[in-house]
Amino acid sequence: MSVAVEMAQTAADVADVPKMRGRDVNVFYGDKQALFDIDLDIERNRVTSLIGPSGCGKSTFIRCLNRMNDTIDICRVTGDIRLDEQDIYDPGIDVVELRARVGMVFQKPNPFPKSIYENVAYGPRIHGMTRSKAELDELVTSSLRRAGLWDEVHDRLDQPGTGLSGGQQQRLCIARAIATSPEVLLMDEPCSALDPIATATIEELIDELRENFTIVIVTHSMQQAARVSQKTAFFHLGRLIEEGPTERIFTNPQNEKTQDYITGRIG
Amino acid sequence: MTEIAADPMPQSAIHTSESARARLAARYRTERVFRFLGQAAIGVSVAFLALLLTTVVIQGVPAFTYNFASLDFDLSSERLGGPDEISKADFDGIVRDAIRGEFPQVTGRTPRRLLGGLISSGAPVLLRERLVGDPSLVGSSGRVSVPVSDFADLYLKGQITGSEYRDFTSPIVLEASGDGSTYTVTADQAVFGDVLELVKQRLLADAAALRQRAEGQARSQARIQSDIVGFESRLSAAEDAAESAGLTARLEQARANLDSVTAEIARLEADAADREARAGSAVSGEPMTDEDPSLLIYAADGVIRATHITATTVEGEAMLPVADPGSLVGNGWRLRILDVPESNRKFSDQEIVWTDTLVDRGEVASAFNWIFFSKGASREPEMAGVWGAVVGSTLTLVVTLALSFPLGVAAAIYLQEFAPKNRITTLIEVNINNLAAVPSIVFGLLGLAVFLNFFEFDRSAPYVGGMVLGLMTLPTIIIASRVSLGAVPPSIREAALGIGASRLQTVVHHVLPLALPGILTGTIIGMARALGETAPLLMIGMVAFIVDIPGSFSDPATVLPVQIFMWADFPEAAFQHRTSAAIIVLLGFLIVMNALAVIMRWRFERRW
Repeated sequence: MSVAVEMAQTAADVADVPKMRGRDVNVFYGDKQALFDIDLDIERNRVTSLIGPSGCGKSTFIRCLNRMNDTIDICRVTGDIRLDEQDIYDPGIDVVELRARVGMVFQKPNPFPKSIYENVAYGPRIHGMTRSKAELDELVTSSLRRAGLWDEVHDRLDQPGTGLSGGQQQRLCIARAIATSPEVLLMDEPCSALDPIATATIEELIDELRENFTIVIVTHSMQQAARVSQKTAFFHLGRLIEEGPTERIFTNPQNEKTQDYITGRIG
Repeated sequence: MTEIAADPMPQSAIHTSESARARLAARYRTERVFRFLGQAAIGVSVAFLALLLTTVVIQGVPAFTYNFASLDFDLSSERLGGPDEISKADFDGIVRDAIRGEFPQVTGRTPRRLLGGLISSGAPVLLRERLVGDPSLVGSSGRVSVPVSDFADLYLKGQITGSEYRDFTSPIVLEASGDGSTYTVTADQAVFGDVLELVKQRLLADAAALRQRAEGQARSQARIQSDIVGFESRLSAAEDAAESAGLTARLEQARANLDSVTAEIARLEADAADREARAGSAVSGEPMTDEDPSLLIYAADGVIRATHITATTVEGEAMLPVADPGSLVGNGWRLRILDVPESNRKFSDQEIVWTDTLVDRGEVASAFNWIFFSKGASREPEMAGVWGAVVGSTLTLVVTLALSFPLGVAAAIYLQEFAPKNRITTLIEVNINNLAAVPSIVFGLLGLAVFLNFFEFDRSAPYVGGMVLGLMTLPTIIIASRVSLGAVPPSIREAALGIGASRLQTVVHHVLPLALPGILTGTIIGMARALGETAPLLMIGMVAFIVDIPGSFSDPATVLPVQIFMWADFPEAAFQHRTSAAIIVLLGFLIVMNALAVIMRWRFERRW
C-alpha cells in the first residue's frame, strides 16, 4: 500500500470514527450505582452537550472521559470507553498522557495561586512542549488570545491569577487547558458561576474552539445547550434517556421525559 | 405545595410580640455574658504572663551586668617567663599581688586572704587565656580587667545589705588608742544616739528571747517536780527493798535535774534582766556585736567600725587607716549604718570598705557580663556562662529539625495524598496521634535503651539528644502537616491533575506550597517544645556538668533547659540570678525561632 493510500485510508477512518466512544459504562460510588449502561459517542470537532437534572450523572460521565474519577477512592468504573479506538481504562494506558490529551475545565474557576503566566505555562512546562523561553512565551500568548483573555491581561501577566474576576478566571482556566493542546476538551458547567456577560463571552469562545477541539460540555442551561452544541444527550437518574442532534432534541424529542425536562416540568 | 398550618397568632406578631422581645433580650444577654467571660479569661492570662515575665526579668537582669576590677597586674616578662612558658606562669600569684598592691597596709595572713577573696577565683584563668591569646600584652603596662568575686558583685548590686549615710559638719575628735588600730571618736553632740537606740532594741529583743527560753525551762521544771512527787508517794508505798532502792536512785536523779534546771532558769532570767537594765539605762554605753547593724564612720580618709558606742562617743577599729589621728575633724565626716548585721551576711564590713575604696578609685566598675554570654558551666557563679548551653541547644535542634522535618513531611504527604484508605493506614494514623501524647520521658527511656545501650552512641552528645527529640517531634509535625495538606482545596488538585500533572507533581508543585505555612507552624510548635524539653535529655546524659563549649555534634553538651534546671539547684544567690537570666535567654531563643517562622510563613504566603 502506498503512503498516499494509507493516509487517505486513515483520513477516512478518522472521519467515520467518533473521537470518543462509551459502551455499557456503569459507575459505582461504593455500593451505590451512579450510571447505568451508558452508550454515547462523542463526535469529532463537534460540541456535545450533556443535560439533565441535578444528580443525573452527567458530571460523573464527563469525569470518566479523562479518568478524573480515579482520584475518588470509592469510585469504580466498568464498561468500555475509547479515545480514538483505544481503551482508556486499559492498564497499559498512561493516565497522565490521557489527561494531557483530554483536558478539562471545571465548574468553579480554579486557577493556581500563581501568576497568570505561570497558570498557562504550567501544562506545557511539565509536558516538555517547548524548548525555549521564547517558544513558551509564544504559546502562553496564543493560548490567552484563543481564550479571549489576552487583551485584558497582557500587561499584568505576573499578577496572581486568583486576582481576576470570575469570568476572567474561567477563561484563564480555559487558556490553561488549551495550552497543552488537548484533543478533547471537557467542560463541567463552565458558566454556572458566571454572570450573563461572562457567559456569553465563554459561549462565543466555545464556538471558536470547536474548529480545533472536540468539546463535551455539561450544562444546566437549555438555552446554552441549544446555542453552543451540535449534539445533545439527556441524562436522567443515571441513565442516558435520549441523544441526538441538538436541533432535533429540542424541537422534536422522542422521549416523554426529555419533553418534560426541556419544557421545565421535571428537574 | 404544602399547606401551612393555621397560625396561632397573626403572622405579623411572630417577631414583635412580648415573648419574642424577651427571647431576643435573652439572646443578647447570653452574648454579653459570653463576651465578658472571654475578656476575663484573656485578662487573667495576660496578668499571669505579665507576672511571670516581670519576675523573671527582675531576677535575671542583674546577671546581665557584672563588676570588673581593672588592676595593675605585673605582666613583665621576668614574671611570666618566655613566650612558651606563659601558660605555666603563676597567675594566681600575679592576681594576688595585684590586689595586695592596692592595699599595702594590710598585713597578716587572714586579712590578706580576705583581701584576695575580693577577686574572683576565675581571674587567674581568664588572665592566662587573655595572655595566651594575645602574647603582645607581655611586658606591656596598663590595667587588665578581671571579674570581682560573686559576693563583691552582689554587694555592689545592693543585694547584700542596704545602708544609710548621714553627713555631719559638727566637729569630732579622733584619738588613736592602744597599738594604733583602734580609735576613739568623740562628738560634742549625741550624734550616735539613734544607733545606740538600735543596739538597745536588739538588747530588748535578746532579753525577750532569753525569757522565752526560761519559760520553756520552767515547763520542764514543773514536769520534773511532779515526777518527784510521784516517786516519793511510790517510795512510801514500796514493799520490797529492791523496788525502794531503784526508786530512791531515780528520785536522786530527778532532784539533781531539778537543781540544774532551776539554776539555768535563774541564769537566763538574770541575763535577760541585765540586758533590760542596759537597754533602759540612759547613760551607759554598749559594746556592738556582729548581731547589731554595723556602724561605720568615715573621717580623715579613714574608716572606723564601731565596737563600743555611747550617745556621744564611739570606740572602734580601723577598716582603713586614718590620716592623722588626734586631730579635730571639723567638717565633712559621715556615718554609715549597714542594715544587715555582719553575722547575717557573707560579706564582712572589712570587705565592704575595701570594695567601696576600689570603686572610689575607679578601679571597679560595672560592665556588660561577657563571661555569662561566652562561657560554659562553672561551679563559680561569676565564671558560669550560658553559651555552652546555647550552642548545645542549637546543635541539638539542628539534628532534631534535620531528622523530623523531612521525615514528618514525607510521612504526612504519603499518608494524606498517596496511601490507600484501609485498615493498616487507619491503624498507623491512630498510632501517630497517640505518639503525640506520649510523655516525653518515655522517649528518653527509648533513647537510653536503643541509642545508648543497643547502638552504643555517645553519651551526652547533641546528635543523640537531637535524635530523641526528633522522634518526639515527629508526630507533631506529621499531624500538623496532614491537617494543612488536607486544608488545601481539592479544586487545586483537580486543576493540576486535569492538565496532566502526575500525582507527585500535583503535590510538589501545588499542594505543598499552599500547605507549607501550616506545616511550618506545626514544625515550629514541635521545635519549641523540643527546645524546652528537659526530661528525655536527662535520660541520655545531657545533664552532665560540661565546662567546654561543644564544638561538634558528638561533643558532650548540655542544653538550655537542663542548664536552668541545674543552676536552679545551686544555693548561691548569684546562681539564682543566672537561672533567671538563662530563662530570659531561653525565651529570647524561642522568640527568635518564632519570629523566623512568622517571616517564613509570610514569605511563602506572599507567593500566592
